[in-house]
Amino acid sequence: MSSALLFEQLLNGLQLGVMLFLMAAGLTLVLGIMNFVNLAHGSLYMVGAYLAISAAQWTGSYIAGVVLGLLATLVVGMAIEVIALRTLYQRDHLDQVLATFGLILFFNELIAILWGRTALFTTVPSWLQGHIELFSGSRYPVYRAAIIVAGLFIGAALWYVVARTRLGMLIRAGASNRTMVAALGVNIRLLYTVVFGFGAALAGLAGLMAGPIYTVQPGMGEEVLIQVFVVIVIGGIGSIRGAFAGALIVGIVDTLGRAFLRPMLATMVSPVAAERVGPALASMLIYLLMAVVLAARPSGLFSARNV
Amino acid sequence: MRRELVFWAIAVLLLVAVPPVATTLGQPFYIDLVRRIMILAIAAVSLNLILGYGGMVSFGHAAFLGVGAYAVGILAFHGITSGWMQWVVAVAASGLVALAIGAVSIRTSGVYFIMITLAFSQMLYYLGTSLERYGGDDGMRLRTTSQFSGLINLRDPVAFYYLALVLMLVSMFLVYRLVNSRFGMALRAARSNEARTRAIGFSPYPHRLLAFMIAGAMCGLAGALYANHTKYITPSLMSWQQSGDLMFMVILGGTASIAGPVLGAFALLLVEDLLSGWTEHWQVILGPLLVLSVIFFRRGLAGVFHKPHA
Repeated sequence: MSSALLFEQLLNGLQLGVMLFLMAAGLTLVLGIMNFVNLAHGSLYMVGAYLAISAAQWTGSYIAGVVLGLLATLVVGMAIEVIALRTLYQRDHLDQVLATFGLILFFNELIAILWGRTALFTTVPSWLQGHIELFSGSRYPVYRAAIIVAGLFIGAALWYVVARTRLGMLIRAGASNRTMVAALGVNIRLLYTVVFGFGAALAGLAGLMAGPIYTVQPGMGEEVLIQVFVVIVIGGIGSIRGAFAGALIVGIVDTLGRAFLRPMLATMVSPVAAERVGPALASMLIYLLMAVVLAARPSGLFSARNV
Repeated sequence: MRRELVFWAIAVLLLVAVPPVATTLGQPFYIDLVRRIMILAIAAVSLNLILGYGGMVSFGHAAFLGVGAYAVGILAFHGITSGWMQWVVAVAASGLVALAIGAVSIRTSGVYFIMITLAFSQMLYYLGTSLERYGGDDGMRLRTTSQFSGLINLRDPVAFYYLALVLMLVSMFLVYRLVNSRFGMALRAARSNEARTRAIGFSPYPHRLLAFMIAGAMCGLAGALYANHTKYITPSLMSWQQSGDLMFMVILGGTASIAGPVLGAFALLLVEDLLSGWTEHWQVILGPLLVLSVIFFRRGLAGVFHKPHA
């Protein structure tokens, strides 16, 4: 393997990593602060992708599509929080899992009714097309590079909001002692709704960025959701830092595994055996990684606290 | 107690009566439907052992259904059609896989446990899709059903129906005996108060792991039956939706009751059948129904029939 190819695949891993991070950040905040397991987070990813595509077609502008798509996902997220999920915060995780499982069925089917079951294809605007030359002989798609930059920027902004602003302080305080924060006169219900909407918008952002790279179809959220679970298990629940580290680890391991595991195996065992085992092993790699991390540290690498 | 006995007798009689009644009415479809429900009920009963009595919220139970089904399919593919052999391998293989998954997962608890069991079952799902030799994504056909040296012919829908009924009742009895044994007491104690259980000298981990393995093996048997039922084995048997369905059967029926998961299986699958006969987009109705049932219907169907003995 050439170093240029390795570098390109590393960037692809980074790109997958920042997208997983956008998903994981919202999920881990909701999990850490409200102690709520939201399986429907993947549905918000899907909703974001579909709404952005439709908004872009409707307005004829990519930027307007992104902005409207994000706002709409935020509203959808806050709406399901107020209508269905708010009553479940005091229930055990089992009830939360089942209720949000019901929501997944609903959203997948609703999207299939409104947009059909076949995959949608989208294009990126001309100013995000083409390649940039990183160093001589190595070209990288502008769109993927833009995802990496945008993801890192949002990650930094998120860290700033949670660690340095009054809203972030309330969020962290709400995570450690809900009753005390409410007693101090903070509207905790509103705070939860805002955090939930925030997480929904981040998931929607990941979804709309994924649109041109992966397929946009009903059920697209669940495959990502399970990868995001792996990210959170590795990183530790409730920790933004852990989500970031976990997302990059999972993104890079998964991408490199899919790209290089088969050729590597072919040099070690026979090519025929590598052909047979390689793809299976590559798709199982992140789960095996998770098992190893768990065996060593059952509450993840950066656990904020024991949940 | 008396009322319960009457309830059981009526339920079993009703199930026994399905094939003759369906045949007389010229609706053999219902034999098929109820058989499928009873097979999945075995899987739900096994999940209830760890979820209801053990307090372990496993979101990956369908994995064992898949392991059991693939064990039958792969052996048949290589010409081994003996049902004794196939079913023993199915039970042993899913028990072993459960042992491996449980050994890692049970070290954790709460949300972690939910996410980890889901992730492991997803891993097996991907393994299934990449088994090109055995059909990969599309799955494989089971050309010959399991052969039981002429004792029972699974091609006969009625005979297969009664076999599924007997195995369902046996699995319910097995779980009943297990949870009322010394082992089951320790398992339930660990669920209600882990610290106290430790204090009186029981270590929860081995009890939970053993329960997880038994549940996996029982679900593997359901998988072997399911493979013979559909005669087609696909990775989607191990999908997270299937795991979610199994969980719903347990919750809908009522956790930690012997008949609950069976009631839940009947309720969920009959509603599914009803809705899917009515509209192609039945999930858009089923989804909100499930949400409502979680919010408003907290003790499950079994709770409607009798009060839980505290």
